[in-house]
Amino acid sequence: MKDFLLVFRRDFVSDKVQPSPEQLQAMMKPWQDWMGSLGAQNKLVDAGNRLASEGKVVKPKNVVTNGPYVEIKEAIGGYIVIRANTLEEAAEISKGCPILTIGGNVEIRAIVPMDMNN
Amino acid sequence: MNEKELIPHLFRTEYRKIVSVLCKLFGIDHIEVAEDIVSDTFLQASETWGLKGLPKNPTAWLYTVSKNKTIDFLRHNKIFDHKITSEMSRDESSYSEIDIDLSTENINDSQLRMMFAFCHPCIPLEAQIGLSLSILCGFGVEEIADAFLSTKDVIYKRLSRAKEKLKAEKINIELPAPSEINRRLEAVLTTMYLLFNEGYYSTSQDTTLRKDLCVEAMRLTYLLTENEITNRPAVNALLSLMCFHSSRFEARMNAQGEIVLYEDQDTGLWNQELIRKGQFYLSLASKGDQLSRYHVEAVIAYWHTHKEDTKEKWDNILRLYNKLLQLEYSPVAALNRTYALSKAAGKKTAIAEAEKLNLTSDHLYYALLGYLYTGVSNEKALKHYNTALNLAKTLHDKFGISRKIEQLKK
Repeated sequence: MKDFLLVFRRDFVSDKVQPSPEQLQAMMKPWQDWMGSLGAQNKLVDAGNRLASEGKVVKPKNVVTNGPYVEIKEAIGGYIVIRANTLEEAAEISKGCPILTIGGNVEIRAIVPMDMNN
Repeated sequence: MNEKELIPHLFRTEYRKIVSVLCKLFGIDHIEVAEDIVSDTFLQASETWGLKGLPKNPTAWLYTVSKNKTIDFLRHNKIFDHKITSEMSRDESSYSEIDIDLSTENINDSQLRMMFAFCHPCIPLEAQIGLSLSILCGFGVEEIADAFLSTKDVIYKRLSRAKEKLKAEKINIELPAPSEINRRLEAVLTTMYLLFNEGYYSTSQDTTLRKDLCVEAMRLTYLLTENEITNRPAVNALLSLMCFHSSRFEARMNAQGEIVLYEDQDTGLWNQELIRKGQFYLSLASKGDQLSRYHVEAVIAYWHTHKEDTKEKWDNILRLYNKLLQLEYSPVAALNRTYALSKAAGKKTAIAEAEKLNLTSDHLYYALLGYLYTGVSNEKALKHYNTALNLAKTLHDKFGISRKIEQLKK
């Protein structure tokens, strides 16, 4: 078993794709069911965090810009860490993620264990 | 009560108090001395009371005799005495002034300190539970062996090894520093939780013993709520959980000592007073911003005290199991979540989730699949129940599953 970081991205900028507050509220249950399902399968390593939409980007030469989404419209909305045998299995698991139902996407990255860094 | 009944009763209620006070006085190095003095006191009680009749106030008699024995012991064991009395910073010539304080206040304080000493992470969890049962609850080695489905020998060795370890690590009998309290309290709560579960879910046939284990776990947890430093939200949440669970104690076992499943329980047997107490501690637990697994489990238990099978009830229970599994995985929580899902979203949805669980060495997993397939495909249900029957280890479990199989074949 390996650990994988799932990064959830969606467009926080374009007005016409923004979910209504009711839609966001309705998203809570599928998220909780999906996370609970991963937990029940003992595949959830870290329930991660949701991220606020505001942010800043720091670049060389003291350049600070507002928003994490300067060049692209998509920004990270949250992340979790799961347990899977392979990258393919982790991708299969991610197909159940509710963010896909509102046009978002999931990026899956294997986590390199500490001792392999050295 | 005559002295035949009274002595075991007092042993259960008073032994632990005197031992804790003496342990606090002597330090972790001399737990056995404290145990010996108190055991001697009870031996003397059974000899004297049988001959001369009961004293007017038996508890006071026990306290006086154990105090005298302690002073006697200190007087006759010069080396020990020198070490202890200097540790206690006493004047060596005035033994009688040694204050063996058996006030309720000091008894509670001593027991609390002992809980922290015994629930020290340097000894294994099962030894923490064993020591708590032996010294904080006054259980005999035989009873502990019964509760753990183990032998006296194994338990005896486990306890002495743990005491040696506590001595070697020079564990102080004291409450942890404020900066340490949360971490150490977590270990104490884990032990109390397991102690309670040992009674609630144990496969021991002895119903009285099982109830005693639950009562002791609740008593010790209650002790934590009585002290300002240890009265944290998570402690109240755990106590609330214990109250809700034990409210069903009478309903979940029939006259033959067999487990009655939640669905089949006579709700008239649910103890309303314990349910109210559970609600009371749950409201205390909701102060503060910390959400422990005990909070989540207590609210799940709260919803289970609602008799009606409403959608709201099962939606909430499912939501809470989702939360619990994000905090911490356990096979039991995974199975219970799937059961709640079947209640909230139907058996077909639950079957799809159940098949992802991969708990193929657990008879409860197959019993759940048997339940879920009942009415969907009785043939598959039967197959799963038979697998469960093969995997089940205790007669109790086998009996319950056999009954389901009989019902299906009808």
